[in-house]
Amino acid sequence: MIRAVVRYLDERSGTAPFLKKALRYVFPDHWSFLLGEVALYTFVILVGTGIYLTLFFEPSTATTYYTGHYLPLRGHEMSVAYRSAVDLSFKVRAGLLMRQTHHWAADVFVASIVLHMLRIFFTGAFRKPRDLTYYLGLTMLIVALLEGYLGYSLVDDLLSGMGLAIGYSVLMSIPFVGGNLALLLWGAPFPGKPDFESRMYVAHVFLLPILIATLLGLHLFLVAARHHTQFRESRRTTEKKVIGIPTFPGQAPRSLGLFFAVAAVLFLLGGLIQINPIWLWGPYHVAQGTNGAQPDWYLGWLIGALRLVPSFDVTIGHYTLVPNPFWGGALFPLLVFLILYLSPWLERRLTGEYGFRHLLDRPRDAPWRTALGAALFTWVFVVFLAGASDRVFVSFGVSYVGQIWVYRVLVVILPVVALFATRRLCLALQESERLGRIRKQAEAEARGEMPQPE
Amino acid sequence: MSALRRWAIALGVLLLGRKKRQPRFADRPRIVPPGDADPRAEWLVLVLLLFAAAAAVGFIVVYSFNHLAHQTQYLGLALGLAFACVAAALILVAKRLVVTEELEEDYPLPHPTTQEELEQLVEESGDRLTRKRLLLTGAGAAAGAIGAALVVPALSLGPLLDTGGFYETPWRRGVRLVDEHGKLLLLDEIEDGTFYTAYAQRADKELLGSPLVVVRFEPSQLHLPPKRRDWAPGGVVAYSKICTHAGCAVALFRKPTFPVVEPGPALICPCHYSTFDPTRGAKVIFGPAGRPLPQLPLAVDSSGVLRAAGNFSGPVGPSWSGVRSKAPRNAS
Repeated sequence: MIRAVVRYLDERSGTAPFLKKALRYVFPDHWSFLLGEVALYTFVILVGTGIYLTLFFEPSTATTYYTGHYLPLRGHEMSVAYRSAVDLSFKVRAGLLMRQTHHWAADVFVASIVLHMLRIFFTGAFRKPRDLTYYLGLTMLIVALLEGYLGYSLVDDLLSGMGLAIGYSVLMSIPFVGGNLALLLWGAPFPGKPDFESRMYVAHVFLLPILIATLLGLHLFLVAARHHTQFRESRRTTEKKVIGIPTFPGQAPRSLGLFFAVAAVLFLLGGLIQINPIWLWGPYHVAQGTNGAQPDWYLGWLIGALRLVPSFDVTIGHYTLVPNPFWGGALFPLLVFLILYLSPWLERRLTGEYGFRHLLDRPRDAPWRTALGAALFTWVFVVFLAGASDRVFVSFGVSYVGQIWVYRVLVVILPVVALFATRRLCLALQESERLGRIRKQAEAEARGEMPQPE
Repeated sequence: MSALRRWAIALGVLLLGRKKRQPRFADRPRIVPPGDADPRAEWLVLVLLLFAAAAAVGFIVVYSFNHLAHQTQYLGLALGLAFACVAAALILVAKRLVVTEELEEDYPLPHPTTQEELEQLVEESGDRLTRKRLLLTGAGAAAGAIGAALVVPALSLGPLLDTGGFYETPWRRGVRLVDEHGKLLLLDEIEDGTFYTAYAQRADKELLGSPLVVVRFEPSQLHLPPKRRDWAPGGVVAYSKICTHAGCAVALFRKPTFPVVEPGPALICPCHYSTFDPTRGAKVIFGPAGRPLPQLPLAVDSSGVLRAAGNFSGPVGPSWSGVRSKAPRNAS
């Protein structure tokens, strides 16, 4: 049986040597190397559940009236898009399971990409020859953010509309060309022409998923072509040789097991824990808003940034140059991604290390990189927390205005504190390791043993 | 009867009987190192796989029963458990049933000779060209123009240069205010300290320029700019309901119940908490908005209906470069 399959394949494709190499490809073993795989498998679930949803969702802003079984919405004027999303939740069997699993998967997808990126950053895995792989990964993160935003915007519930109004305003705020770009995308001043829904739809279900899949393919190809990085665990792990378990039979069941574990978690979340109950928000109308509106977690840093900027537009006489949302909504994320994109190049310039690096650093091994990374991520995280200050006000009664002023100060101070504290921590950890080594050696000598080289 | 028993025994042997290992490649060195059997782990994997099958069947059952089909919890639980059991089985296989080997492989090296050959190949291919730069200019011109020609149709997406639409609103002198059901707003029905949403009569409610917030104050509480002194008949003020920061609806109204301890009245946008003072021409008193909410001058006709006395004091909705350059105008 096995022989017949192998012979069939090899005689027709000549891939037997390649397959043998692929089956014996070496995977170094560390739990943090699985974060990227979690993202990959979540993407698979997203595509699967997403295809199911497209079979029922109607991307149209034509006006209709709800006549279904859900009483609070009966007789309400709404778009066909929103009605079909409510119907696929209530009328289609397993529709709500698929919709909620899709939504949870989107949140987990971005989360796993971010955690994967932090792992890459803090272990220095973005150094040559893997900088290109890292750029592809960052680009995927940007596309994933946009894809998620479009996904919950399509539904045309109240939160969708508010999110789109904000996106429109941020685009409008780009100096000089913002208004024109907004007109181009929306086709008319907000809420735009009906075509806009179709534009979002084709981007969400076709253009961006294909872009992610293409980038993902290139990303994985580059990973395999240069082999995995590894931690320096024993004297045998060097810059020359990669050590680990083979794809088959070692890694395959592990990885496949991870896939099923990811699927299990996502479907359990989708089945048991409610997410985005669109029937509670109601349909979107430009004159309506809801208090305590929170986007999906991965947009929290942007809503935080928009909220923290004090009241000002940059004007010259009567000419408005930079409207306010530009700072938090456009410049802030651009700056964060610019720093992330430039990191490999900056590190090469600052350290003068232009060689190949296959061995990973532990964060403490590169105090400056770790400290700068910690400062950057503290900056983003403080802004992210500021995005939740209205919930803190509702839950704990802490003054909203007071919180915003505190965050405006913290957003400047905490990154600097994180920078120096992290550097000190790294150096202290290095020092304690050095002392530990000396003590062990001294103890061994005192016991009369030969000193063991590490 | 005995035939049936024989069949049953044969089936049992087929299913439960263990296959003897046949060392088919005994004459060759092993690729995968040998390991000991672990029958308990095998049984456990089998049990997990059967559990997975049972859970998946459970999913189909829940799906098929009419009164259970919309129990999203059962559906998710069944499918999730099926996947979880398969995951556990596979991890058990990885940890206990296949050999964990440690392999070594060299990190790939670059190919400097091939790199040079590639460079040489490309350079030699262009040997016969004598006007390389001119040809490159031509190729650049063709590529650029064709690229532009392919991009230009994208301009059909929207009126790129015509930003006039941003200034348009359905309001002008005499337009009546109506509520969301189209009912006229009467001055006498506007209560003190209550928040109303109004629209332009017979206009599309979904235009940014249409919705208003209408609030009534004691005329003595109002401190409007001098030019707008007669914009608030009977203390009723109207502002655009669309936040000048990010286009959300200004849906919150803060009405102080104890003026001594609480801050003054405010219109607040729930998206980024831009806070406007409705007694002072919707001046921004907190939050990110860079402009006040545009105010609509109001008048009352002989039958007590609220009407617009003109267009807004400034452009409606989120700002763009040049937003302050022109005044809003009526769309019709």
